[in-house]
Amino acid sequence: MGYFSDTNQSLALEIIGRYPRPKSAVIPLLHLAQEQEGWVTREAMLQIADLTGVTPAEVLGTGSFYEMFKFHPVGRYMVNVCTNISCQLLGGEELLDHVESTLGAGAGDTTEDGMFTVEDVECVAACTEGPCFTVNYRYFHRATPGVFDEVVADLREGRSPIQRGAAGDSGDMPEHGRLGRVRQEIPAGRRAGVVPPEQAGEQPVWLSSTAEVDTSG
Amino acid sequence: MADTNPSPDGYVEHAPGYVVNGGPTLLTSRFPFEDSYTLERSMQTGGYVGLRAALARTPAEVHDEVRQATLLGRGGAGFPAGVKWGFCPEGVWPRYLVVNGDESEPGTYKDRLLMERDPHQLIEGCLITCYALGLSQCFLYVRGEMALAQERIAVALNEAYEADLIGSNILGSDFSVDIVLHWGAGAYIVGEETALIESLEGNRGMPRLKPPYFPAAIGLYGQPTIVNNVETLSNLPWIMENGADAYKGYGSEASPGTRLFAVSGHVQRPGVYEVEQGVTTFRDLFYGDNYCQGIRDGNELKMFIPGGGSAPWFFGEHLDLPLEARGVSEAGSMLGSGAIVVMDETTDAVKACLRLVRFYANESCGKCAPCREGTSWEHKILQRIYDGEGRPSDIDLLLSVGNHISPGPYPVASFDAADLEAVPFPPAQTTICPLGPSAVAPITSAIRRFRHEFEALITRRDSIPVAAEAGA
Repeated sequence: MGYFSDTNQSLALEIIGRYPRPKSAVIPLLHLAQEQEGWVTREAMLQIADLTGVTPAEVLGTGSFYEMFKFHPVGRYMVNVCTNISCQLLGGEELLDHVESTLGAGAGDTTEDGMFTVEDVECVAACTEGPCFTVNYRYFHRATPGVFDEVVADLREGRSPIQRGAAGDSGDMPEHGRLGRVRQEIPAGRRAGVVPPEQAGEQPVWLSSTAEVDTSG
Repeated sequence: MADTNPSPDGYVEHAPGYVVNGGPTLLTSRFPFEDSYTLERSMQTGGYVGLRAALARTPAEVHDEVRQATLLGRGGAGFPAGVKWGFCPEGVWPRYLVVNGDESEPGTYKDRLLMERDPHQLIEGCLITCYALGLSQCFLYVRGEMALAQERIAVALNEAYEADLIGSNILGSDFSVDIVLHWGAGAYIVGEETALIESLEGNRGMPRLKPPYFPAAIGLYGQPTIVNNVETLSNLPWIMENGADAYKGYGSEASPGTRLFAVSGHVQRPGVYEVEQGVTTFRDLFYGDNYCQGIRDGNELKMFIPGGGSAPWFFGEHLDLPLEARGVSEAGSMLGSGAIVVMDETTDAVKACLRLVRFYANESCGKCAPCREGTSWEHKILQRIYDGEGRPSDIDLLLSVGNHISPGPYPVASFDAADLEAVPFPPAQTTICPLGPSAVAPITSAIRRFRHEFEALITRRDSIPVAAEAGA
């Protein structure tokens, strides 16, 4: 046993502890697994099932509903080109054609060198900034074929292209699987704690105490 | 296409898409600051003043203030938040808050901006809600694809915990609540509030059977749960600081306050505009100097979507409607998620319709047969029409399939030239959630107005002689 690295294993336990029921951690742990290896392996799902007290089939059942989880190896960089209405109106489909022909990989495919996976995706909430593509979920707004070519050149030469996105973002480009580069950390001394549904009964203390202050005043 | 990532006048470079328009800024006041997402900047500009104002009053008084403000939900349905808050059954504890940050309606771009640019404003709104309603824990559900928003919120939460603003005994009071950042993994349907709850419980994101209609009755883990949209909650700090009366000084009586509208497509200056509800019209927004500055290249407007991909289309004769939910509904569409998509005369109506319907077919969760089967057949039929393979009966077939997802006359805008009246919103549905019926919106809108474009694609095929086809 033990799919997760030591760091990720303790992180997994901490994440589970934030929810009233461990099954709520299935999606966060699938993200953690994808971050560790770039995709979600069979071993990862077995371990997540073990940690959250559900069956491996339930982990796969949940995970397979969501498009971001990959159950086979994909490229280091996930290139998602939006072709939904707002981007389509401004050349999103032509941009996708350019991406596919430049990389020699159609939507859904990975380049032979394992660098890029291309996807034709639905609206990514950058509608006024179309056409738009993302690389490992980092945004590139008002994109042109020229911008895309520069992004590819940067990545092939080990530079971060994030600044080119005109998306108010900067810094390093994480590899596929890593989303936010900073995690939430709840300091032990500040934690209010989970209130599981089983802990039925009393209303939270501030409701009654304020009411007391109210009546006495 | 433009040269490269232009940032024309009026835009705030580090808040992509946001345009300063000179109007009131209840939601976007910090956007012009490059470091608007930090606690330091937030504190320098009135951050958490609304929370302090709330803590100085009883929870019931805070709830009452929000009810008085008539704060309408900004996620799409437009239901008053204060009323929704009142649906929790008496004496059932614990109760939870779930924040809907799963913005993914085609054309919608405003919650991502609010999360990336002012996470502390959102966090403050969450805290005010939890305090008012006695909610024991808050889950902030951000769309999976929004990596920067997740990152900015994570940093903001960490800062706020350190500053005693979240967690146990907030600001020395007896109010204690944790906010847990949670994110999805790619599924449009999770924006539906019961699907969001299923997803948060670790399940496939499929909407729950109604009734109960509101998760306030039975929600997360079967407990009373308030689900509010990011923009809705982001209004609360301002309301608590300035009061409901001041809030109602903006916008119209039925729809007070401002809203963020994302105007995309064929306008000169697409962008995200904070606009007073019910005062500004679509015409002001599309043609005004402070707003979109007209249709691109001086072209004519062909049609526009007033409230996201799920909304029936509007046309030139609807430009003078104010940006307000009720009037737009009566005119046959919805203001939805504040997503306006403008299409000029060069737009192929069948192609636009096909792209939108493909989206709903892709995103149908598969739970209800009329949607699962209906949206995918609508997609296939539209695809073959677009490819020149359509049959003469296909237009009626599209309408018939739509009628099985949403029976009766479907909401549609008036068509003055043909003397056709509007059918008011909302549509009927044979499904649990509105996703299936949403796929019918572009179809009925496009066919009523541009039937000739569909017919032209179909007859073009009929007119090709068989011999010529074989010889080609």
